[in-house]
Amino acid sequence: MAAPQYYDIVQAREGRDVLWRPKAEVRRSKCRCMNLPAVLWSFVGALPTSSQECNFGSSLRPGRHETRALVIPQDMESPTPPILHGPTSKEKKYDRQLRLWAASGQAALEESRLLLINSGPGVVGIETLKNLVLPGVGHFTILDSGIITEADLGVNFFLEEQHLGGYRAEHTCNLLKELNPDVQGDFITDHIESFLSNQLALKPYTLIMVTSPVKAEILAQISSHASTTGTPIFYIHCVGFYAQFSVHLSPSFPIVDTHPDPLSTQDLRLLTPWPSLLDLARRKTTGLEQMNEHDHGHVPYVLLLLHYLDLWKAEHDGQAPGNYKDKTAFRESVAKGARTNTPEGGEENYDEAVAAVLKSLNPPSLGSGVREVFEAAECQNLTTQSASFWIIAHAISTFHKTHSALPLPGSVPDMKAQSKDYIELQNTYKTKARHDIGEVTENVRAIEKQLGRTSQIEDSEIEAFCKGAAHIKLVRGRPFHIMMPGQMPAWGDRAKFAALSLTDPDSLVLLYIAFLAYDSFISSHTTGGLGSASVVPGENNTESDVEMMASMAYAITDDLIQQSGIAMSASEQTVAKGKIEQYVRELVRAGGSELHNISSLAGGLIAQEVIKVVTKQYVPVDNVCLFDGIMSKSSVLRL
Amino acid sequence: MTEEVMPDRTTGPESQQRWKYLDTILSRPGPFTDPDWEPGPPVRSALQSAKILCSCLYMIFIACIHTLILDRGAGGLGCEILKNLALSGFKDIHVIDMDTIDVSNLNRQFLFRQADVGKPKAEVAAKFVEKRVKGVKITPFCGKIQDKDEDYYLQFTMVVCGLDSVEARRWMNATLVGMVDENNPESMKPLIDGGTEGFKGQAKVIFPTMTSCIECQLDMNAPRAAVPLCTLATIPRQPQHCIEWAHIIAWEEERKGDSLDTDDPEHITWLYQKALKRAQEFNIPGVTYSMTQGVVKNIIPAIASTNAIVAASCCNEAFKIATNANPFLGFPGTNNYMMYTGDAGVYTYTFEHMKKDDCPVCGNLAKPLVVDPDSILQDFIDSLAERPEAQLKKPTIRSEEKSIYYQSPPALEQQTRPNLTKKLSELLTDGEEVAISDPAFAITFKFKLIFKS
Repeated sequence: MAAPQYYDIVQAREGRDVLWRPKAEVRRSKCRCMNLPAVLWSFVGALPTSSQECNFGSSLRPGRHETRALVIPQDMESPTPPILHGPTSKEKKYDRQLRLWAASGQAALEESRLLLINSGPGVVGIETLKNLVLPGVGHFTILDSGIITEADLGVNFFLEEQHLGGYRAEHTCNLLKELNPDVQGDFITDHIESFLSNQLALKPYTLIMVTSPVKAEILAQISSHASTTGTPIFYIHCVGFYAQFSVHLSPSFPIVDTHPDPLSTQDLRLLTPWPSLLDLARRKTTGLEQMNEHDHGHVPYVLLLLHYLDLWKAEHDGQAPGNYKDKTAFRESVAKGARTNTPEGGEENYDEAVAAVLKSLNPPSLGSGVREVFEAAECQNLTTQSASFWIIAHAISTFHKTHSALPLPGSVPDMKAQSKDYIELQNTYKTKARHDIGEVTENVRAIEKQLGRTSQIEDSEIEAFCKGAAHIKLVRGRPFHIMMPGQMPAWGDRAKFAALSLTDPDSLVLLYIAFLAYDSFISSHTTGGLGSASVVPGENNTESDVEMMASMAYAITDDLIQQSGIAMSASEQTVAKGKIEQYVRELVRAGGSELHNISSLAGGLIAQEVIKVVTKQYVPVDNVCLFDGIMSKSSVLRL
Repeated sequence: MTEEVMPDRTTGPESQQRWKYLDTILSRPGPFTDPDWEPGPPVRSALQSAKILCSCLYMIFIACIHTLILDRGAGGLGCEILKNLALSGFKDIHVIDMDTIDVSNLNRQFLFRQADVGKPKAEVAAKFVEKRVKGVKITPFCGKIQDKDEDYYLQFTMVVCGLDSVEARRWMNATLVGMVDENNPESMKPLIDGGTEGFKGQAKVIFPTMTSCIECQLDMNAPRAAVPLCTLATIPRQPQHCIEWAHIIAWEEERKGDSLDTDDPEHITWLYQKALKRAQEFNIPGVTYSMTQGVVKNIIPAIASTNAIVAASCCNEAFKIATNANPFLGFPGTNNYMMYTGDAGVYTYTFEHMKKDDCPVCGNLAKPLVVDPDSILQDFIDSLAERPEAQLKKPTIRSEEKSIYYQSPPALEQQTRPNLTKKLSELLTDGEEVAISDPAFAITFKFKLIFKS
């Protein structure tokens, strides 16, 4: 071995489990030297790119948090370097999650104030909070008028025997607070009706979670609060082996930082190179044929492709390869350029070039998410009140109209190259990206002036938008179905989708309908005034409850088919209803019970979605999610 | 095993009430339960007798409540699994973990408190859950799974794994497969395994010898992307290249005597500064302390929510297997594997991973391995660590005829060492079967070497 000591170090490293690492990412070197496991490539994109951005403390509110900057030492030659760069205790504690949502996401999480309106066995809400207290949510409140009974101790981990007879809100709150001293928590033991009688009761909260069973009119009141204030609401069911939650987001919920797969974000603009890139390609490929073996094997593949494109265009009336056939032929012409008389029998940079042809030679196109944003009324008709997102979106759509392309993201994948050539290439892309950001910023400033806005949008916000422009996402939040007594749900423009899903074996829409019937049952069985308990299916008589709930579910299905205007054969309807009956039976079987495992699983899903909504990162569920713990399957439906 | 009476659950009206929710479901048949399933007293007493007598229902839970590598994560699967099993009504749970509690664990691992620092995780976790969920008996073992033998594993009904290393998983899997005795149905222990990384995770159920095992699924875990040493040494381009250079090369050259402790801030700072300096020489932007730590410690991002999802999925399957209250994953011929990803919405893919006839652990055919007959044995041995279908780091190789290479004992190593520089075609014939063993695994892998033409 060339370097046995290195080999030993590699051997000493433990094999670690890696999930779904795409095999295509594995770069097998033709060098004779050992391949080393290089870690983290898959989520490098999620890491801060400069020490400035990595300064976790600085994005937090002053006064409340540590704000220690990472200082680059002056004396790099110091024999015993001082420990200046150690992370703050907060960075240490949250290291694993910061690698996903960064300091900005953490700050948003710490700014949030959550309200859980708890009922029923009340486990799923507490399990959700556990997963939010651990990563450091700012503040939580539990509203629960329930008194702790024996049954709570068999299903809820955040209660102890000594708490029997006490308020569930109080003791779950206290035991949850133990998990993370940085999190504030309090509780309210009022009945929900009296709590809501105060018009401003919901105002302090940035996100509200409501668990079933809850009276329809209460849910309607909370939902209307969401509609008027834009406060996100989660409405949650967890019954036996099934769980379901709906999310009511504001009608305009845009996400800039969607964390797309790094492989899908490459934008090299090979078909529309700008002058300085073309110039670099020509400089670095001059005399390609005559280069020595080392230089020839280290020309970055991006520049190789530009070189061969030049040659191709010269022979094809200035046209780049457009269709599949041309691209394949072009790929051949690149492959022929590789030298095979090398010790490895080929050249890695050429291998990379050949592999990139089909995916990189595409004219810039606008994804559906971006198009939806550009076409949105909020983007086209700006007002003084427009959110900064829409102003930047408008500025970028103007940019797109001018250049028929989005601002260049500016990142370049790693490739076989000499260090300085790679850096030069990287800088060429970065310079162009900065130039594009500059133009968008000018557009933004012009709009601001035109609208007479007094405060400027931060440069960093414009920059982040430009870099992620191709993957921005607009969620059109809307209210979820509330089963008012004697009323059918309105499916609106989603009726067709929902009706078509009735016969889709992979969809859990039938389970959703069973849950609607579940709520309908509660609505029609719950009477009485303040604090009267809800009656849930299966609590007493299972068979008659099955009959009643099933007939409600069938009526909802028939009504849906009618609203959709879709023709569905009698046999298809029979099959669908047969499945609905099974779901109904399983829900009634539970008699309102929660199983801890299902509550814990749903609590994980909901906490994850709360984090996405609060941080405005990643893509949240839009707008209904179901989990079937019998088949171990989930389904997300836009209803 | 014990005649301990749990008065709070077996007598008095309150104990009847404590498991009200669980009992409701176990006392009623559902539309998906087996027609032969008898709800009510039989199932309840089965679960209850399991709870009290501990004679028919043992669970073992092999925890990564925490390992060195996950130590600053949002919390391993361990705490979740223990909590979930206890609240599923299991009464006798055994837990294995080799770590002790560090200050830096306290805010994610919800079973540990400040006063527990320095104590073994398995012990503290067991005590905590026993205190919260009255009547459950949790037996901790502080050590490695490899410290125990077949006799030990034979006493359990099921094994639930939240291990974070492929090697430990493979060891457990091979052990459970090896234990199966056709004449003794009790010898087959279902293995339920979960793993997470960031927003992704998986939960699967294995019935050793009957359904696809961890080894059959090995190629689902592609090895990490590799970067050639020459890039690190001469042409770095990425900040990670500079960090790996500091880690692999600079440390060896300048601090050979010191053993690198990735938890020592001084060591990480040193590497960070070395990497930063090298990056500055090459004009490479982006080296940060956090990235240095991530690369050097091989950090996998972790969040509480994914752990909760995967752990609960595993325990839900364990509960269904133990009670038959509903169909479970892993029944031969049905789905046995759930993949989860949560970064864009919520997505699960549940499928049947097929058992492989040439699985080196549970199959009976040798697995084909395509090799270049002109490459030397050393290269082949190096490649075994990387090949997704092998992933063996210290292989000892022998054919039916002769010893090809032995890692130990030293005498045999010395004797077979000259083979390292020989071409494969000089040592073996095309299609020849070889047996490869590795100190990390209790079993021998059978491979068939196919010469590339």
